[in-house]
Amino acid sequence: MFVRNFDFIKHCVAAAFLAVATSGSAAAEAPARVVSINLCTDQLAMLIAGPGQLVSVSRIALDRRVSAMADEAEEYAINAGRAEELHVMRPDVVLAGVYSSRQTVALLRRLGVEVIQFDIVHSLEDVRARIAQMGAALGREARAAELIAEFDASLAIMRRELDPDLGQGPAPRAALYYANGYTSGDSSLAGEILAAAGLRNAPAEAGYDWGKLPLEMLAMIAPDMMITARRYPGGSRAEEIMDHPVIGSLRGKVGSAALTDHDWVCGTPFVLRAIGDMAQARRDLLANG
Amino acid sequence: MRLVLCLGAGVAVLFLASLLVGPAGLAAGDSMVALWQGGEGPVAMVMREIRLPRALLALMIGASLGVAGAAMQGYLRNPLADPGLIGVSGSAAFGAVLSIQTGVAGAFAFALPAFALGGALIGVFAVLALAGPRGSSLTLILAGIAISALAGALTSLVLNLSPNPFAANEIVFWMMGSLADRSMVHVGIALPLIAVGCVMLANIARGLDALTLGEDAAAAMGINLHRLRLTLIFGTAAVVGASTAVAGAIGFVGLVVPHILRPLVGARPGALLWASAFGGAIMLLAADIAVRMILPERDLKLGVLTALVGAPLFLHLIYRTRREGL
Repeated sequence: MFVRNFDFIKHCVAAAFLAVATSGSAAAEAPARVVSINLCTDQLAMLIAGPGQLVSVSRIALDRRVSAMADEAEEYAINAGRAEELHVMRPDVVLAGVYSSRQTVALLRRLGVEVIQFDIVHSLEDVRARIAQMGAALGREARAAELIAEFDASLAIMRRELDPDLGQGPAPRAALYYANGYTSGDSSLAGEILAAAGLRNAPAEAGYDWGKLPLEMLAMIAPDMMITARRYPGGSRAEEIMDHPVIGSLRGKVGSAALTDHDWVCGTPFVLRAIGDMAQARRDLLANG
Repeated sequence: MRLVLCLGAGVAVLFLASLLVGPAGLAAGDSMVALWQGGEGPVAMVMREIRLPRALLALMIGASLGVAGAAMQGYLRNPLADPGLIGVSGSAAFGAVLSIQTGVAGAFAFALPAFALGGALIGVFAVLALAGPRGSSLTLILAGIAISALAGALTSLVLNLSPNPFAANEIVFWMMGSLADRSMVHVGIALPLIAVGCVMLANIARGLDALTLGEDAAAAMGINLHRLRLTLIFGTAAVVGASTAVAGAIGFVGLVVPHILRPLVGARPGALLWASAFGGAIMLLAADIAVRMILPERDLKLGVLTALVGAPLFLHLIYRTRREGL
């Protein structure tokens, strides 16, 4: 445990240095006006920023389907991520994702606004690194360290609770199945959530890492548990695949279907809730089966 | 008679091949047994719920598009008429998208083909009205371009306005067509309308043959031209509407197939109808097998392949039309 934590502190310090190095002096001085244009940086900033420091979050932060902090987001000005509206907010720092519009980021930098980009989270370890990076970007390292300590403690408790269950029979085989038939492999946040909850990732074991999992293959894999995404209003062919009789019979046969929600989307401490939900789904499945 | 046997054998072979192609890599013998006997196993599920509907839809929709193309070409006496090119498929796609995005299709399954039929009807009426009863190639194609562009723009608009973030990415499906991950439910909602449409189009075979002698001669032979026209419009709209509702707009099948088969049936439009039904099924089954072999992971759209085959032929036909001074 200690060894883990020590490694982890080294990791955080390194990440913090990296963030400081890439963001220049502003991070060290704690920027007074911060604007976020990415759903995930929105939530990290809301968790870590000091009073009045965060000025605006993105429109998507209000969407309950993907945002775990939709209520909190209503306290802030909302932006749609357009360079012009961001510029008039006179931010010291703009927080963006690595896949935020390249044109917007480039234009903001030309206008002299500092933009800090946050990478995608692929693992639980990345969650800690992103929290540390946000702490450094906002000059709120102490608050970030506090969150990381809470995250570690909660994760350790979850792992301890899970341990006695693990001995009882083989782990259930779960399949993540999203719109358009996409799945997530082991080296993704969703994959780590499954692993942390004591579930096997059946498509990953069959060699499907990330991307489209053909419906035929899903039927052949025949997972014990189907984990799908909540649907959006208005129809789409991408989600219509969930109505396919094959999906219906897979769900029906195992009597266990779970849904991913806003806790799965971003690398924030809310992934702990996702792990908790999956651990509960696993217990339900074992109790019924 | 020999042509029937050849085309029939082609359809049968490709239908079988379509059932045997897929990422699961099942053994041919096992999968056929599972298809026949059913049961609870994953192989039976793959065969009965995934591959069988896909093969059936390729057969039905290919036949529909082939027969619709042959019928329109026979009636307009114009080899450039194709439901995709003249905007009927595009209008049908708009109707289908509208039914999905308004939620009507979710509440009532048959609303999807019904709305697509409505869209297709508006498309056929508009094109025939714009091009006139004996429309020249030029007015027909121009009317088709206008209807296609309008229907495409409206489809994109509705999908962009949708609250569903996936909808806008599906513009390409509605414009290019695909049979990936369709189910028996889709076979069920498309089949009745396709069957009715095919019967209607089969009924005008004699009329189309008579029409080759000119309208006056056809009328003298007891053909009711007004009824012929209405039957053609409703028949075409029914088969194209139902096809587009479940598979998106797939172009060029109705252009290529009648063109290839016309010399083989002695250029008789009536005989060309059934021949084109077989030919269309062959073309779409082959295209659907090809998209699964070429890029199995990517859901390559059917319309991409049919356009790659059909567009050069279309250009050739335009060139020939110009040379003939029409």
